[in-house]
Amino acid sequence: MSSVIAATASVQRSAQRRWLPVAVIWLALVTVPVWFPLLGGYNALAGSVLVFGLAAMGLNLLLGFTGVLSFGHAAYFGLGAYGAGLMLKYVAASTPLAMLAGTLFGGLAGTLFGLVIVRRRGVYFAMCTIAFGQIFYYIAYKWNDFTGGFDGLRGFHREPIGIGALTLDITDEQPFLFLSEGFRFYYFTLAMFTIAVVLMGLLVRSPFGRTLRAIRENERRARFLGIPVERHIWLSFSVSCFFTALAGTLYALLNNFADPLALHYTQSGYFVIMAVLGGMRSFWGPLLGAAVFWVLKDFLSSALPEEWMAFLGVIFVLAVLFFPRGMLGMLKRRSAE
Amino acid sequence: MLTSIIYNVANGLMLGAFYVLMALGLSLILNLSNVINFAHGNFLALGAYLALELSKVMGFWGALLIAPLLTALIGVLVELLMRFVYRRDPVYSLLLTFGLAFVMQGAMLWWWGPSPQAMEMPDILNAPISAELFFVNWYRIFTVVVVIATVIGVFAFLRHTRVGLRIRAGTLDLDTVSALGVNVKLLRTFNFTVGCLLAGLSGVLLTGKNGISPNMGDDYLMPSFIAIIVGGAGSLTGTLFGGLLIGITAAVTGAIYAPASEVVIFVMMILVLLTRPRGLMGEEGML
Amino acid sequence: MSMLDVQKVTKNFGSLVAVQEVSLRVEPGELRAVIGPNGAGKTTFFNMISGFFPPSSGHIVFDGADVTALPAHKRVTIGMARTFQITEIFPDLSVHENVLSAVEVAAGRRLRLWNTKSDAARDEQTVAETLTMVGLSAKANRLVGELAHGDQRATEIAMALALRPRLLLLDEPTAGMGDQETYEITNLIRRLHRENQYTIVLIEHDMRVVFHLADRISVLDQGRLLAEGTPAEIAANEAVQAAYLGKAA
Repeated sequence: MSSVIAATASVQRSAQRRWLPVAVIWLALVTVPVWFPLLGGYNALAGSVLVFGLAAMGLNLLLGFTGVLSFGHAAYFGLGAYGAGLMLKYVAASTPLAMLAGTLFGGLAGTLFGLVIVRRRGVYFAMCTIAFGQIFYYIAYKWNDFTGGFDGLRGFHREPIGIGALTLDITDEQPFLFLSEGFRFYYFTLAMFTIAVVLMGLLVRSPFGRTLRAIRENERRARFLGIPVERHIWLSFSVSCFFTALAGTLYALLNNFADPLALHYTQSGYFVIMAVLGGMRSFWGPLLGAAVFWVLKDFLSSALPEEWMAFLGVIFVLAVLFFPRGMLGMLKRRSAE
Repeated sequence: MLTSIIYNVANGLMLGAFYVLMALGLSLILNLSNVINFAHGNFLALGAYLALELSKVMGFWGALLIAPLLTALIGVLVELLMRFVYRRDPVYSLLLTFGLAFVMQGAMLWWWGPSPQAMEMPDILNAPISAELFFVNWYRIFTVVVVIATVIGVFAFLRHTRVGLRIRAGTLDLDTVSALGVNVKLLRTFNFTVGCLLAGLSGVLLTGKNGISPNMGDDYLMPSFIAIIVGGAGSLTGTLFGGLLIGITAAVTGAIYAPASEVVIFVMMILVLLTRPRGLMGEEGML
Repeated sequence: MSMLDVQKVTKNFGSLVAVQEVSLRVEPGELRAVIGPNGAGKTTFFNMISGFFPPSSGHIVFDGADVTALPAHKRVTIGMARTFQITEIFPDLSVHENVLSAVEVAAGRRLRLWNTKSDAARDEQTVAETLTMVGLSAKANRLVGELAHGDQRATEIAMALALRPRLLLLDEPTAGMGDQETYEITNLIRRLHRENQYTIVLIEHDMRVVFHLADRISVLDQGRLLAEGTPAEIAANEAVQAAYLGKAA
């Protein structure tokens, strides 16, 4: 009996310790339009970090928590983007509808595809995810009339959101007091990000989340605990695609633009490196990885317009060789010792 | 009408030939080392560029011989890096080759520049095979012949040599092969370089087609993936048939409705995954 | 009715016959040891019972129900729990989390996206009781990957127990252990058998453990059932002695 009390007490202590970093992160995110421009950043860049961070966190549900590698998640990101854009351009000038359309589009595509490949494993599974993603890249690329081809889908923009009598104007790009332009959409993105992340957090902490971790740790043992492994992998795959697709819709709204490169496997690779760089095994890792990666890429591509890709590649290689646990992974190690 | 058919068949064969050659190299590496070589297309381009440089010194035929070997040598260096990640989660090896692809592309871009370059072809290859079939020159025939010879060579090597046997056995159970005293590290290196050799050879043969540019290999990476998926993971024969199948399908589709020629091979892949997920010749339980 | 009734199961791998027409019948509350020289087919036999792969022929009847075609994860839900020769646990999770996973799955909560306070409390209670049963309460928050071999095995057994099984299948529970750890695991199994009345089938090489624990012993040799009986009968059986001595180095 006393062991139960002791266990509960230690769980409570670690819960308190858990809240601190989360609070710090939220504080930093909420005040971005204030401090970020002072460092030379701009609100759209911060918004991009949130968008890609969400996409990478979505992927990480599958990669870090279930232990399954998808190298084709850009497909669902891009489908989310194109879904939102196409909806806005051809159907209805409604932001909520666009987000719904994009999220469903990407999420359902992933759900269906997951059914097909769920029996495969490891590298071969990853190969199939890459190849599947490329289908949509080619369609977006070739179908000039509909999707805008290589130049991307343009001619739409985010619309103000009407909730009853209130209108949330997220299109306005004018600055306000000390807040630089684009801050309205940044807060909208942050709100969406928050909702998504809270859902994700609930999922990860739930019994379902624990079974996913069990599958990651030891698939055979999971199966011999009575877990139908393939079905759970499919569920994890499906859910991760929905989150990544949601991020895609935000991408389209942020840029008022959707491009085929958002669907390319290179983009998928970026998501994976974000997760790994930040720390696959931690919840917030991919967001941190996204921040570092995006800022780095932004910096490199403007500083070395011709050679930045090679340098980026070197960073990939170095990260893999010397930094496999990622930033938060290394921190966890430190604190455990 | 007949000329049109011959033209399309010739195209199909040539396309298929390159898909096969590239897919075989990729498949060899995948089967033994469990690694997807994202840089495979870049090795193709590297082979082409090396051929370009070598041809200035030793002419076309010399370049044809040496460039693939040189490419394979670069492959050795790359494989040394890979050794660090073999034991770990597959995500790391994927990221490694992915990053290397960037590095290689960037390096080639920097050294040779982005504009396409051309290589001197010997006159006999440039000549058309007949007056009527003027659009088919000996070069195309030559390419297909070389590919056929190489493919036969690879299969013969795997079937009839000791190293080939070890590679085949290693594909099934690397631990046992190691326990039998085989130096698995060397085996993997050798296998990887053979894969790169095939990619480099593809690059050399492609110099006569469209010119040389840093991203010329990109068009062959996805079809190689699909050839392996369609043919079946773990089966080299499957990859062979997969490559031919998608090559011919792509060419035929290209003749009928051009914009669909790239997408149609993906459609084939989906069909295979739906009806026979292990691939046409894949074995159950392979990955 | 018997808890487990294995009827003439055979397993072929191509032309290799690993197990040939082996039958076994275990009554509720019995502890049966399956022994035999190396290569006798014991683990293959176990794999068929637990559903790792199906038999080439024969039937497996569990508490009256024919489970021959039932997949592994379903066998767990109807009451079969298994441990492996090479311990299969979740290395990067704590002992507590390992057992909690088992408890939640057994309680049918593997798909649940939330946990009610009462459910969570009940699970914690079950975890605590199970850990006490195997003697790991003090190490509940340690990462299993960092524990000693014996503790890892105890964790695995705890996970199996958390599934509330009717039949425990233990594949070489003392494999790779020193004398002290073997003693502890043997005592644990003995307690589970005598005090908690679990039906247990175990594969074992260590004869001291076998003779200390078993009610009955089945001997396999080269894929066939060589003999079956009480420990005394098996000890006196000449064919069994020959099989072991013939293979002894």
